Formats: sequence, C-alpha cells, structure tokens
Amino acid sequence: MVENKKTKNLKEFSTSADRFEGANLLCPGCAHSIIVREVLNATNDDLILSAATGCLEVCTAVYPYTSWDASWIHIGFENAATAVAGAEAMYKALKRKNRLLQPERVPKFVAFGGDGASYDIGFQWISGAFERGHDMMYVVLDNEVYANTGGQRSSSTPIGASATTSPAGRVSYGEKKEKKDMMAIMAAHGSPYVAQVSPSKWKDMVKKIQRGLNTEGPTFINAVSACTTEWKFAPEDTIAIADLAVDSLVFPLYEIIDGHELNITYRPKNVIPVKEYLAAQGRFKHLFKPEFKHILDEWQVRVDKKWEQLQRREEARI
Amino acid sequence: MNKGWNEFDAGAILFTFNEKVGNISEIHSEDRPYSPSSSFTASVSDWRIEKPVFNKEYCIDCQFCWIYCPDVSIISRDKKMVGVDYDHCKGCGICVEVCPTNPKSLMMVAEGKDEEEVLAAWPQKDQEKNNG
Ligand SMILES: Cc1ncc(C[n+]2csc(CCOP(=O)(O)OP(=O)(O)O)c2C)c(N)n1
Ligand code: SF4
Ligand code: SF4
Ligand code: SF4
Ligand SMILES: [Mg+2]
Repeated sequence: MVENKKTKNLKEFSTSADRFEGANLLCPGCAHSIIVREVLNATNDDLILSAATGCLEVCTAVYPYTSWDASWIHIGFENAATAVAGAEAMYKALKRKNRLLQPERVPKFVAFGGDGASYDIGFQWISGAFERGHDMMYVVLDNEVYANTGGQRSSSTPIGASATTSPAGRVSYGEKKEKKDMMAIMAAHGSPYVAQVSPSKWKDMVKKIQRGLNTEGPTFINAVSACTTEWKFAPEDTIAIADLAVDSLVFPLYEIIDGHELNITYRPKNVIPVKEYLAAQGRFKHLFKPEFKHILDEWQVRVDKKWEQLQRREEARI
Repeated sequence: MNKGWNEFDAGAILFTFNEKVGNISEIHSEDRPYSPSSSFTASVSDWRIEKPVFNKEYCIDCQFCWIYCPDVSIISRDKKMVGVDYDHCKGCGICVEVCPTNPKSLMMVAEGKDEEEVLAAWPQKDQEKNNG
C-alpha cells in the first residue's frame, strides 16, 4: 500500500492528482463524475476498475478516447461486478503462484454501475460476487432511472416520479412502486461494509470509501447521483439537490457493518420537509396538483417511518 | 480518426499514457505523458454558452469549487485555487453555486465576454446577505 491519503480537510484533499479526466461526454453538471472523482481521490493505491453500461461508461469510453487514468474494463451492462471479480481472482492466483510482475503494487478493485445495472439487470452478478466473497468494492451511481437510454423507470425509481415508462398524466401520478431497499439486500449478503453516501457530503463519503476499500471482502456503496437531465433541474443545482436529498432524509446517510451493526453517520441540523426536495425537481412537478396531494403526504410519512426504523436499528446494536 | 462503423475493432485496448508511469495518484496532469487516447487531450470548450470567470481577490481557497466540479476543471495546486481549465469546463455553473465568498470569487458570464472587463466590473459585497 502506498502512503495513506490525506483527507483531514478539503484543502489537504485538494492536493489530489485526479485519475479521471474531463472532456468526457457526461452532461454538464452530472453527478456521476463528482462521485467517481471522490471515490478515486479517496486513495493513493493503484486501482483496477470496471463500469457497467450506462451514462458513466458510455460517456467516458468513447472510442478512440478514454477518460480513465487507471486500469479500467467494460464488458456488458450486467457484469461490472463479475469483470472486477474476475480481475481480483486472477490477481490472487498470480500472487499465490508468485507470478505478479510488480508484487510491490497492491491494487484495489472497484466496480461502478448505475441503478438499472445494479438494482435490476446486473443484480444476480453482484449477488454472486458478494456471495463468493471477492475483495472488491461495488459503487452504485443511483440516479433512480435508466438515464442513458432516455429515462425508463428502474426498481430504484421512487413513487411518484415521472419516468418515460411510468409517465405522469391526467390519471397517473407516475411510478407506483416503492424504491427497492438495496442497502438492506446487500447487508443481508453478510457484506462486511455497506454504506449510503452523497457526493455533496464529501467528508462523510470519502471516509466511507476509505473504510470500504480498507475492509477485506466485498463492500457496497450506494451513492445518490442527482441527474440534471432526468430529475429535471438546472445543471448548477446538482450539489444543492443532493444536499436536499440528505437533509430531507430521503437519502439518509448511514452504514451497516458485518450485515447488522447500523450507524447513522449524518444527522441534519435542520430536517427539511420532503416536499421541498420534491418541489426542486421537474420529475415530481405533477405531485403538487391537488388531486395528488395524498401522494405527497404519503411521501413524508414513509420517510419519517424509515428514519425512525434506522434510529431504532442503530440503538439496538444488533 | 474517421473510421466507418464496420472498421472499428470488436474489442479495443486504449493506453492512457505514452510511456510507463509511476504512481499516477501522485503526478499532476502537467507532468503526465498523456497519449492521444486520453480525453485529457480533447476539448469540450464548444459546449459552453457561459463560462466561469475566477477573481482571485476574494478567494479563500476553500476548495469547494475543486471538489464539486464534475469535469476536473478547477485547477488547484498546493492547496490554492489557481484557475479554470477552459478546455474541459462544460460551463455547468456548479463552482459558482458552491463558492461561499461574498461577493463570489467565481461568476458565470457569456462565453464571448472579455475576462479583464468582467473582473473590472465585479459585483460588490452583497450587504443584505451579510446581515442575514
Ligand atoms: C443487456 C442490456 N440491456 C439493455 C441495454 C441498454 N442500455 C444501455 S445503458 C442503459 C441504461 C442504464 O441505466 P443505469 O444502469 O441506471 O445507468 P445510468 O445511465 O442511469 O447511469 C440500458 C438500458 C444494454 N446495453 N444491455
Ligand atoms: S443523463 Fe443524467 S446521469 Fe446521464 S450524463 Fe446526463 S446528468 Fe449524467
Ligand atoms: S462551470 Fe462546471 S465544469 Fe466549469 S469549472 Fe465550474 S463546475 Fe467545473
Ligand atoms: S469555491 Fe470560491 S472561495 Fe472557494 S476556492 Fe473556489 S473560488 Fe475560492
Ligand atoms: Mg440510472
């Protein structure tokens, strides 16, 4: 391992030499790249990376260009976890046989995938990699929609969001299903470290990334990725929207250790009404019509209930 | 490289650097041997309608602009904000939004505007903001 990264404060952190490049084709203001930068900058270790098909992959590997300054592989939509798990297995085998070309370099293995690639289509591949226990980290860029193909709903899309396959209209308030609880599912795999992060809370996020990378075994990060194009807000507001997401407790920041020990890592000083978070995004605009008021009310009740549940789990220490 | 769709390789390996490099996490872009395959050598400056202009006078080097820029376009060296990389900046405006100084140390202006003129007409401190 190379010298540990200095991240005590932002000035120190800003001495990082980025391993991700601009002139990629992500939208102006896209949160995916803010997340990727915080993940890659969290360590000085060598990195072996993969990405599932989706905005991040499509926009950072446009032949003949790459935006990655570390080993990076893309195979298909569903198998980012498998690609990196394979690389990790090969690394271990070569090490065992004493055939590593540069044995002094000890890399970390990280896979990136969108919510579509992770919650839905690549789910069994992630589950398999976690069950086999590879020493890797899986990061979800959770923008709650299949953004790269034009905004179809995924199992991460929350109730009331208008997506192209669950559009809001005269009679419909949009998506009908609750967002899938991936955190609980990954904790149930017995993962040694599972955490939810927001790039707007950089210190909390970087700490969790470092903990995940330094924990042996398969670790999981769910990162809220505010999508200017599909959530419908102005590109300069990406960080403000991410802050609203965590301060309204729609995206609570917490971690689960060894599948059971839950810690809330950020408690907003002023909790913001869920309505304010929803009102800031075009995908929820229709919810403010009088006929859909019950959906708004249910949103707040659901978020309060989840927060209560997280606090109880934290207290119980089981 | 103008290739037809049927002339691309089915699978491809791209090399980011022209030569062997050490630990890249400790080498800043100006000292890296980028190959033409790195998007660092490309530009998206023609995406912008507005550009951020930096005014050093008010900057407190907090580095919020550095961490939240999606496009690695805030150049920070030795804990100091140095300026904007206009080859890679897409003009999203996040850096301006997160800049905490009063007046702001970054401002979005029309792409074609002259930087010297913008700096000369920089907004004054917003008194109302200060009084809460
Ligand atoms: C097996 C397979 N199914 C579908 C697609 C088409 N496809 C490409 S990107 C994409 C959407 C990705 O959504 P998500 O994983 O949420 O990532 P995002 O673009 O939102 O970051 C889809 C459906 C594909 N490439 N491969
Ligand atoms: S559609 Fe959303 S996730 Fe995709 S590049 Fe644009 S902002 Fe990023
Ligand atoms: S406008 Fe956007 S891309 Fe340009 S420097 Fe500011 S944050 Fe970065
Ligand atoms: S956010 Fe503003 S004050 Fe902070 S470093 Fe950037 S320009 Fe300077
Ligand atoms: Mg998505």
